[in-house]
Amino acid sequence: MRTIQFREALREAMSEEMRRDKSVYLMGEEVAEYNGAYKVSQGMLEEFGPDRIIDTPIAELGFTGLGIGSAMNGLRPIIEFMTFNFSLVAIDQIINSAAKMLYMSGGQYNVPIVFRGATGNAGMLSAQHSQNFENWYANTPGLKVLIPSNPYDAKGLLKSAIRDDDPVIFMESEVMYGEKGEVPEEEYLIPIGVADVKREGKDVTIVSFGKIIKVALEAARELEKEGISAEVIDLRTVRPIDYAAIVNSVKKTNRLVIVEEAWPLAAISSEITYHVQKNAFDYLDAPIQRVNSLDAPLPYAPNLIDVILPSVKRTVESVKSVTYR
Amino acid sequence: MATATKTKTQSKKDTAKKFDKETYLTWFESMLMMRRFEEKSGQLYGQQKIRGFCHLYIGQEACAAGAVSALERGDKYITAYRDHAHPLALGSDPGRIMAELYGKETGLSRGKGGSMHIFDKENNFVGGHGIVGGQIPLGTGLAFAEKYNKTGKLCICYLGDGAVRQGSFHESLNLAMTWKLPVIFVIENNGYAMGTSVQRTSNVTELYKLGEAFDIPSEPVDGMSVEAVHESVSRAAERARKGEGATLLEFRTYRYKGHSMSDPAKYRTKDEVEEYKRKDPIEQVRETILAKKYATEEELLNIDKKIKKTVEESVAFAEQSEFPPVEQAMEDIYAQSDYPFIVD
Repeated sequence: MRTIQFREALREAMSEEMRRDKSVYLMGEEVAEYNGAYKVSQGMLEEFGPDRIIDTPIAELGFTGLGIGSAMNGLRPIIEFMTFNFSLVAIDQIINSAAKMLYMSGGQYNVPIVFRGATGNAGMLSAQHSQNFENWYANTPGLKVLIPSNPYDAKGLLKSAIRDDDPVIFMESEVMYGEKGEVPEEEYLIPIGVADVKREGKDVTIVSFGKIIKVALEAARELEKEGISAEVIDLRTVRPIDYAAIVNSVKKTNRLVIVEEAWPLAAISSEITYHVQKNAFDYLDAPIQRVNSLDAPLPYAPNLIDVILPSVKRTVESVKSVTYR
Repeated sequence: MATATKTKTQSKKDTAKKFDKETYLTWFESMLMMRRFEEKSGQLYGQQKIRGFCHLYIGQEACAAGAVSALERGDKYITAYRDHAHPLALGSDPGRIMAELYGKETGLSRGKGGSMHIFDKENNFVGGHGIVGGQIPLGTGLAFAEKYNKTGKLCICYLGDGAVRQGSFHESLNLAMTWKLPVIFVIENNGYAMGTSVQRTSNVTELYKLGEAFDIPSEPVDGMSVEAVHESVSRAAERARKGEGATLLEFRTYRYKGHSMSDPAKYRTKDEVEEYKRKDPIEQVRETILAKKYATEEELLNIDKKIKKTVEESVAFAEQSEFPPVEQAMEDIYAQSDYPFIVD
């Protein structure tokens, strides 16, 4: 199978959907003439023209709300945030408008829109450019939150997101855009809300999502050398969460470690921990452990970053703790 | 600068000639319907039949009625939370609006929106929005879609004088004019952002002038004159449909009541309120109708009686309707019919 970059997978997903449906358009900062801040939309202006690939001023609140309004009036916008850190100036529109519209209009106005862009740390960008808001958005009924970890999932999930009739938050990473992976030529879709077992194992379940899953997979390889067999589950979607996939795995391994880039309080890991203790308590042979970023902003100095972010070392230690090794 | 500002509205004598009997009677009936409906809403709020936040439109009726007469069917309307009157002007069923205020299943938003979130897609009323300024980018987006699909339709986006201090207003005006979107921004300047007068919120108190920063044709309009409202909206609509982009209109109006039902409005003098009541938009139209002999006193009284009956019927409909079935709590959250909600 051919391999393409993560950014190319995203571009193919958007371009295919734009060819298929004239109501789909892409809007954001630098998406058109600059070809995308991270070159995700490279060449799309040429193919689709300036009416459908639209550069905006730096006005996230304005163009987010504009996108939502257009989605209420028959269009299917893809709104690109250069990073989700900048979505915070638009969060009023996402939470108060996009997520609430169908409900407060009594079912009259749905909002088929995708907000996509980079999330999380991306290498010494300091405190305002290195944050994870998956759990913030996932907290809100009305939204769906997708966070793929590889080009194959990115393409299949983004196509599903664009066709979805509800508002979708789609989170990527600056450091993943250049990564390559196998993506078939032929069209495919990946359903929203279905986790993927990246690696089978019998001694412990490690749940993760987004780019930080690499830490989980690396830890699993380290653990294998020591005779510990780890099953690694990629959630791919954090709203809705595929709870059944997690519980089924825990019933097999009896141990759970969650690796997540976000801060610990009210995180996706907290939610999973609640669910598993409620629904698989008798299957657990050890307390659930989680590896989140430390409860601190991300600084600039590289040694401090290493201390704060989830690491292979901390993940291996957590697994050893739950397996009493 | 492309801005065409007008400092004086046309005299009443000039404009009265342009409108026929039917238009005047339609305005009279439409505005009186709003007035009677809101008077009843205020009463019912006092009786705790209507709960939550409730913002009345009394005094501002011309701002809605004059726009509806100037625009076409299919044009989109969006406003903030003072939103009972616009759908009435657009022909929404008063019973379904009243039922929404009661939180009943038969309400336009099925009891999930309440006073602040009336929506009526069939009549192109796109809400009913509760965050000050939140509807401005949404309205700009409604207009974007009209342009994208080349429908020839437009969006009229209402906002209060308080909302012009929000960033969403400035970002939306900039986008709308840069992209020549068919949108009419209407500031219903009733002088007070809740209890804070316009003068206390900025050095710029002539609000239409804010449009000049974005080269948007902008003008102040006598918001107590339905003729002036109609004419300004007509001009703006023509520009929008010709592809010339946005217009900013500042309707100078007044609300006779407090910001919401819980506001005794102690920040204003009685004299100020009385002065505006002398310019009452419904009284003005009434006088013209009588002067032009478009109808007799008795005929107007009969219209009022008919309206009062309609309002009473809307109350009866709301009273008799049921609250939504409890299953409704978990419906209309997603368009997806089988979304797997957390059950615990």
